[in-house]
Amino acid sequence: MTDTVLVLGGRSDIGRAVAHRFAAAGHPVALAARNAPDLEADRADIAIRHDVEATLHEFDALDTDALGDFVDAFDPVPGIVVSAIGAMGDQTTSETDPAAAAQVMRINYEAPAQVLELFAARMAARGGGTLVGISSVAGDRGRAVNYVYGSAKAGFTAYLSGLRNRLWGTGVHVVTVKPGFVETRMTEGMDLPGALTARPEAVAETIFQAVARGRSVVYVKPVWRAIMIIIGAIPEPIFRRTRIGS
Amino acid sequence: MQDFRTEELAGWGRYPRCPGPVARPRHAEAVGALIGAGGVIARGNGRAYGDSAMGAAATLDLRRLNRMLSFDDQAGRLVAEAGVLLGDVIATFLPRGWFPWVTPGTKFVTLGGAIAADVHGKNHHRDGAFGTFVDWIDVMGADGEVVRASRDENSELFAWTLGGMGLTGVILRAAIRLRPVESGWIAQTTIPAQNLAEAMDAFEAADDASYSVAWIDCLASGAALGRSLVMTGEHVQADDLPPDRRTHPYRTPRKRQLSMPFDAPTAALNRFSVGAFNALYWRRGLRAPRKALVDWDSYFYPLDAILGWNRIYGRRGFVQFQCALPLNASEAGLRALLSETAVAGQGSILAVLKRFGPQQSRFSFPMAGYTLALDFPANARTLALLDRLDAIAADHGGRFYLAKDARLSAATLHRADPRAAAFRAMRRETGCDRAFASAQSERLLL
Ligand SMILES: Cc1cc2nc3c(=O)[nH]c(=O)nc-3n(C[C@H](O)[C@H](O)[C@H](O)COP(=O)(O)OP(=O)(O)OC[C@H]3O[C@@H](n4cnc5c(N)ncnc54)[C@H](O)[C@@H]3O)c2cc1C
Ligand SMILES: NC(=O)c1ccc[n+]([C@@H]2O[C@H](COP(=O)([O-])OP(=O)(O)OC[C@H]3O[C@@H](n4cnc5c(N)ncnc54)[C@H](OP(=O)(O)O)[C@@H]3O)[C@@H](O)[C@H]2O)c1
Repeated sequence: MTDTVLVLGGRSDIGRAVAHRFAAAGHPVALAARNAPDLEADRADIAIRHDVEATLHEFDALDTDALGDFVDAFDPVPGIVVSAIGAMGDQTTSETDPAAAAQVMRINYEAPAQVLELFAARMAARGGGTLVGISSVAGDRGRAVNYVYGSAKAGFTAYLSGLRNRLWGTGVHVVTVKPGFVETRMTEGMDLPGALTARPEAVAETIFQAVARGRSVVYVKPVWRAIMIIIGAIPEPIFRRTRIGS
Repeated sequence: MQDFRTEELAGWGRYPRCPGPVARPRHAEAVGALIGAGGVIARGNGRAYGDSAMGAAATLDLRRLNRMLSFDDQAGRLVAEAGVLLGDVIATFLPRGWFPWVTPGTKFVTLGGAIAADVHGKNHHRDGAFGTFVDWIDVMGADGEVVRASRDENSELFAWTLGGMGLTGVILRAAIRLRPVESGWIAQTTIPAQNLAEAMDAFEAADDASYSVAWIDCLASGAALGRSLVMTGEHVQADDLPPDRRTHPYRTPRKRQLSMPFDAPTAALNRFSVGAFNALYWRRGLRAPRKALVDWDSYFYPLDAILGWNRIYGRRGFVQFQCALPLNASEAGLRALLSETAVAGQGSILAVLKRFGPQQSRFSFPMAGYTLALDFPANARTLALLDRLDAIAADHGGRFYLAKDARLSAATLHRADPRAAAFRAMRRETGCDRAFASAQSERLLL
């Protein structure tokens, strides 16, 4: 039997691409999002194109109290759960408005960590499953232009790493995905460097392969791993003055 | 206007090219807010050759509206958003025994583009154009309201929108019918014709063939004028496949995708290279077996095997001439067009002749007779030649295919096609003239 794939953040461009990629390989898919009924056209499209079962699920990641019920509603627990939840927020607003900053921190770190933790417990109880967290290269080093978002992603990356280690031996695997620039609704209107920018389908392919091969941490375009090693190695006083740092 | 970004726009011929604001809505519901500005045009996959899908003021790239919404597997009826590619329809439904009723020579067109140009295939003489198999369309009009139009409901809008080149509104969704097929294979018959009269005889003799098309060597002149390979085709039934293909009748060999990574130097295509290519192709055609089993992709879409083949014409791009001629004037008209082309020595590699059945929709291109399509690199000499070809076609009662046009004059269009005036009047009455306009509609006063 092919595992059902649950995509949290099913409206996102990356999330939909992930759903299509797994459906193309015969996996039933479940899309979870706020205002889920609006996704009916996407649901039908996946079901028709790939001849698989596709379902919609109402989901607000910030409604902490409801997370337990949300997770319990999946019985049996899906074999693969992918979190594509996230929001860039506005850095300048976050600097002056603590509530706005909290929102960015919660949606990029707290919420996906909490919901994946709940699924992890159920997967471990069943003795297997795969959790995929979409984090970001932005979490590898804080930059002046987006450190609120970046720090939350850093937290999420560390969380996924810890979760992976805790689940070692339970049959549950955790994949951390660190895309660089991706052409999506989140980055619309931004001037992205063409050669470094991936399409959502490429992210989906990376995730599909990483799940199939049991990889732990994946970047989307291989060049990003190299870039982040270099960026990580630049001493702080110099980094501050570079264009990337500021 | 933050939804719009300025980009360089062009059609498949890459002539003309011009920057303009482009928006890429994700949902049908988002389109309404984008047409308010006026002078916008819908764009599909940009396979029209010229400036049909370049907005006068702004362009709506609808390729993100690409969801399939329902499929009735008894009737073979697909409801889908307008940005779905025909190639995706085939990928999804051929394995289940369905194929589009009508397809142009590339599978990289959207349903919206296929409806707006009311495209024709190699079976127009038998089955009609794409619109024949469209049951209904949802169209967003000048006022932003979405209207369902069909042969019974809002039939005027339906009739004008098939072939209306995006100038009657934005097609958001459509219901199209597919044809049942038993395999992914076509039985192809090649008939060499030594001249135009022989080619036309071959077409008339093949009137009951499902598909027919001819490739013309348009550098051949004198007694060989119109020398061509006429190719007919039939869908192969599962029982007629060779035994090793019968277990998976829809499975065809995966083809290697080539791509044209850079622009060819402008001089690469000249009368000598084209002449040599055409002569070679002709001789190969003569030697090739008359009957062959061909997979659907190679049969319908030989050019799709090379992504970006339009770059072979170099940076300056290329133009296509395509006219339809009424049956009684076809032979004289084709003879005159081919002689003019052969004399000018501006041979085109892709010269295609097809037989058309009668016109069906209000403003669609086909008419009972023949259609000839010729490609040329865009330069001053070929543009002058095209003006002469326009005059010849018009003198023979012909009309022009807007999906291929990049440079026709308004005067020639309106002289050759009286329907254009009625189309324009309808646009004025409905307010579509202000809401929807392309570079082409402004040039041609549509
Ligand atoms: C290699 C090749 C072979 C071809 N062979 C054939 C052939 O055999 N027969 C044939 O008929 N044509 C043929 N064509 C032309 C092609 O089929 C048409 O130009 C078709 O319209 C292209 O579809 P598109 O999605 O790329 O549309 P575009 O090129 O983007 O747009 C074409 C027109 O459709 C309108 N349009 C697009 N989407 C919508 C929408 N949603 N709502 C309203 N209007 C819309 C645009 O405004 C524009 O006027 C060929 C083209 C190529 C490149
Ligand atoms: N685009 C990039 O360059 C890039 C780079 C690196 C990493 N990423 C990461 O990739 C992931 C997908 O992002 P994307 O680029 O595809 O952008 P996106 O379309 O903006 O996706 C963000 C998703 O998060 C969901 N979300 C936000 N708040 C939510 C909430 N309270 N409850 C439930 N869902 C909520 C959104 O749902 P709604 O549709 O309901 O708003 C949306 O589906 C994100 O984690 C992002 O950080 C993106």
